[in-house]
Amino acid sequence: MENLERYLAEHPFFRDLPPRYLPLIVGCASNVYFDPGEFLFREGQEANAFYLIRHGQVALEINSPSRGPIIIQMLNEGEVAGFSWLIPPYLWRFDARATGLVRATALDGRCLRAKCEADHDLGYELLKRFSTILEERLQSTRLQLLDVYSNPS
Amino acid sequence: MSTLTPPEYPAAVLPSDPMLPRPFRILRARAENADTFTLELEPADRGPALTFAPGQFTMLYIFGVGEVPISISGDPSRPQTLVHTVRAVGAVTRAMRQLKPGDMLGVRGPFGAAWPMEAAAGNDVLLIAGGIGLAPLRPALYSLLAQRDRYGKIALLIGARSPEDLIFRKELEKWRSHLDLDVLVTVDHATGAWRGNVGVVTTLIGRAAFDPMHLTAMLCGPEIMMRFTVQELFKREVPAASLYLSMERNMKCALGFCGHCQWGPEFICLDGPVFRYDRLAPLFGKREV
Repeated sequence: MENLERYLAEHPFFRDLPPRYLPLIVGCASNVYFDPGEFLFREGQEANAFYLIRHGQVALEINSPSRGPIIIQMLNEGEVAGFSWLIPPYLWRFDARATGLVRATALDGRCLRAKCEADHDLGYELLKRFSTILEERLQSTRLQLLDVYSNPS
Repeated sequence: MSTLTPPEYPAAVLPSDPMLPRPFRILRARAENADTFTLELEPADRGPALTFAPGQFTMLYIFGVGEVPISISGDPSRPQTLVHTVRAVGAVTRAMRQLKPGDMLGVRGPFGAAWPMEAAAGNDVLLIAGGIGLAPLRPALYSLLAQRDRYGKIALLIGARSPEDLIFRKELEKWRSHLDLDVLVTVDHATGAWRGNVGVVTTLIGRAAFDPMHLTAMLCGPEIMMRFTVQELFKREVPAASLYLSMERNMKCALGFCGHCQWGPEFICLDGPVFRYDRLAPLFGKREV
């Protein structure tokens, strides 16, 4: 547990988090691993966790009947996978597949949601962090939608 | 495509008029992807090799079709072969794609401002390419690798639409094997078989190792991509004076006469195409310009 607390304290996602919240978060955390090709989560399933990727690469995919799986984004070491656990109806919108061995710290979404309801300051700290990730991914998505490489500038 | 017999100029009477194209013969032509190809050319007038600096461009003329500005994508230390990588997007470049070894092209140039190879000495260097923007950056990479000891960390960040759209695939594999060169590639879209990164090129910046205070960043790609990239570099406290961008506008004469490529007070053909960002900043991204 102590190692996990140190890892979370040093992770960029939790940078500057008031230290009193770390034990609360560690109480919802566990180390997990996924074999190559294994899914961290599947589209439509209940979203009850997010993952801090410690090793390996995770493909966020959506399946198309005609094209097969289309990779939306590749997440790497140090990045966060999953925010549907935070937003009703708490269902995954994409598949997340380990492209090779993936080691991660899983944070239980139901556990965290309950703690955030009980302590709104903790909820605010987490929302600030997820808002940053959401903003980055929104900007990336906009740039992808522009399809800037398809035509000369 | 017909092959014209070139005039053969003795070296002493080589055309000095920059509006007069020199005849070059195609040595090799190869496809890079579905719409992009590379031509290797040699002078057909017994004249000297066309020496150039990384980042410069020439005007390529298909006789009877038209002339287009194309960045040089070859090795500046091997000027005897002039290399251009071209995307077929208009009448001239589509006609150019049909050319075969032995066919002739007219060449004017080289023109324009070059990448800051000297100013970058002693710094870490980031080369950030989007799509065919890798072509004008390749001569800079050749120069950096030829004088590797003069520079700090070097990272090449490449964004493309899909894995199939990547250019210079074989060289990419070779560059990736360099221990002193960081090569990161991402694509906007991929299918399940792709093992590389998926996401926009700006997401690679956080993964490259560099000292923002001792950095020269060279950017080439669609202007929207460069705008996002500049903002991402600013987030990482890279000073504006450390950024260099290769700009693209409708260049015709390449000499600053015709005004087609005028961009505010600058002529892209003459003052650019490579500009330091702080010179561009007041007008960069302004829709009125």
